Amino acid sequence: MVSARTLRDVSEQRSDWPRVRLHVVTGKGGTGKSTVAASLALALATEGRNVLLCEVEGRQGIARMFDVDPLPYEERRIATGLPAPGGGSPGHVHALHIDAESALLEYLAMYYKLGRAGRALDRFGVIEFATTIAPGVRDVLLTGKVFEAVQRNARNKKAIRYDAVVLDAPPTGRITQFLNVNNELAGLAKVGPIKSQADTVMTLFRSPRTAVHLVTVLEEMPVQETADGITELRRARLPVGGVIVNHVRPQDLDEEDLEDASGGTLDPDAIRSDLKRAGVDDANGLVDALVAEARDHAERRALEDTQRALVADLGVPTYELPRLAGGIDLGGLYELAAILEQQGFTR
Amino acid sequence: MTRSRGRVGPLATPGHRAPDLAVDALLDDRRTGIIVCCGSGGVGKTTASAALALRAAERGRKVVVLTIDPARRLAQSMGIEALDNTPRPVRGVDTANGGSLDAMMLDMKRTFDEVVESQATPEKAKQILENPFYIALSSSFAGTQEYMAMEKLGQIHRDAQRDGSYDLIVVDTPPSRSALDFLDAPERLSSFLDGKFIRLLLAPARGPAKLMSAGFGLMTNALTKILGTQVLRDMQTFVAAFDTLFGGFRQRAQKTFELLQADGTAFLVIAAPEPDALREAAYFVERLSEDRMPLHGLVVNRASPRPQGSMSADEAMAAATRLRKQDPDSLTAGLLRLHADQTRMVEREALLRDRFAAAHPEVPTAVVPALAGDVHDLEGLRRVGELLAEG
Repeated sequence: MVSARTLRDVSEQRSDWPRVRLHVVTGKGGTGKSTVAASLALALATEGRNVLLCEVEGRQGIARMFDVDPLPYEERRIATGLPAPGGGSPGHVHALHIDAESALLEYLAMYYKLGRAGRALDRFGVIEFATTIAPGVRDVLLTGKVFEAVQRNARNKKAIRYDAVVLDAPPTGRITQFLNVNNELAGLAKVGPIKSQADTVMTLFRSPRTAVHLVTVLEEMPVQETADGITELRRARLPVGGVIVNHVRPQDLDEEDLEDASGGTLDPDAIRSDLKRAGVDDANGLVDALVAEARDHAERRALEDTQRALVADLGVPTYELPRLAGGIDLGGLYELAAILEQQGFTR
Repeated sequence: MTRSRGRVGPLATPGHRAPDLAVDALLDDRRTGIIVCCGSGGVGKTTASAALALRAAERGRKVVVLTIDPARRLAQSMGIEALDNTPRPVRGVDTANGGSLDAMMLDMKRTFDEVVESQATPEKAKQILENPFYIALSSSFAGTQEYMAMEKLGQIHRDAQRDGSYDLIVVDTPPSRSALDFLDAPERLSSFLDGKFIRLLLAPARGPAKLMSAGFGLMTNALTKILGTQVLRDMQTFVAAFDTLFGGFRQRAQKTFELLQADGTAFLVIAAPEPDALREAAYFVERLSEDRMPLHGLVVNRASPRPQGSMSADEAMAAATRLRKQDPDSLTAGLLRLHADQTRMVEREALLRDRFAAAHPEVPTAVVPALAGDVHDLEGLRRVGELLAEG
């Protein structure tokens, strides 16, 4: 995806990912991948664009983040996108909670006109078997529905055609296996309709219209896992998108101050007189406390910098989102969306 | 117009404080034979399990820790980066108190293969192991990892009972999509084995089926249409070959389930002070009690360290703003803003914990502050163990 940035210069488009229709967002547990996926959907839904945000892990995370009722297997409009900086009209974010059972029944009805047989399958426990036990089939169904949303065809006439689809995907450790449905099935179905379905899906996933973005935090294990994830994705010829560094600590101290803080050379008297000027008295050893906090902060910032350098070496566009001390609410999602937009991710 | 009487004092009942989790008492209690650490992904479950195991060993227990997917450097420092599915002694453990520590990393496929090999005749085992359906099932069946972790736990427990090699087993559970998959694994396996569908697949192998109803014909036609004939054939061969092993599998799964319910087992739910992780933890707590599993407590890992100054976040921000007006680059203003940020984090986390405690007041809790760096050696694990015990 080296071309993404060059392309932006040539065509004067401001987005890093102008050709991408399907944004897959993955990340290690605890890095905030769902939050990033939701923010990205808001950022993309600008200037009248319609965006679909999908989740596939049955957690109803979208409903919680956007404060709406639990989502059914049905596309619902859930939010207005990020207002365009020029004041243009925003677009809309729609959401879809994909579960394998519904996807299978829909698929059977859509492609095989299997209304009655579909129910027979259910009665014999085949639906349950296919979606919970049969290896790989579950992922084929989930990815198949995502594919259908990106590439709407005549079979689904009344459906909205989206300008972009954002997938809140399984975690980094499982993402390649999840997207590489072909491989999963290779040992099972060498021919047959389910195999050709998997082939079509793979064609989209491997095309420049897809980008797999990885969310990480600046800690050793998540960064290592991100690097491993990129290697695996590339090996499977899946298009790697950007790395979104989440939960970045506040940057209130500059290099020099950080050095003083970690070296123990901050001047307590200067701080004390500053505090006095601000009308704060140093009653309970506040100065010592601030100095100790600064040292701890400097230590963590130094560790972050080490990891930041490793992320930079991954050779993909990177973006940074701050840690929001108050936690994430709907307003927080818009805040993060605006930051992604400013950093050139969208538009 | 009726006037309601004005309320006095805060509306919320203050101080939902959970009882403290006594980690050392749990580790030292000789009746504790199994500790299961569970929780959602990314909360430091593996590190917590390893730290508990090390602490127990150094306090005199003969411990084995069964981990799922440790960070590479942690695995290296524990000497378990080679996947051979057998517990290996960990070097560098202080054995002065008469304890010991072994560790192993679970190899899911290998565990599955071993079960097949131990249960079937060599020819039959070969037939199963080479079946494409088995290969896919053993490496990616949703729940295989969870099930195999329980299988391995059962194995180690049986061996330890026999030869007295261990008196404490610490188990790290896989970071499941649903954190509860491992509890469901035995049941899910049973339902797989008892499923109508499996019976139907077996029917041809057992002679002419009486089940050949119209519905069944419809179903096989549909399946052939979707999957193709080859997949169906592979599945039939696999199910037929596997049929004889079903009983043994289920029996052991049931035994392991009972073992988990027994008094010698203690479940620790690990969480991070984040809404999602705590929601999972709450779900876990409820589920464990539903299944009558012995929940011992909650560990809130990676908590933000409490700032030392007693100044509130708002005060600090106000002072910082005043200073920035005079000097935009003021160092002190930066320090105050950091203090405010840290205080807000800590307050939010405390609120989340309080809410958890309000809903689950009976769950003893330990709060472990986040270390600045990652843990990748025994020294780091010892530090985490101390923090756990201080809780």
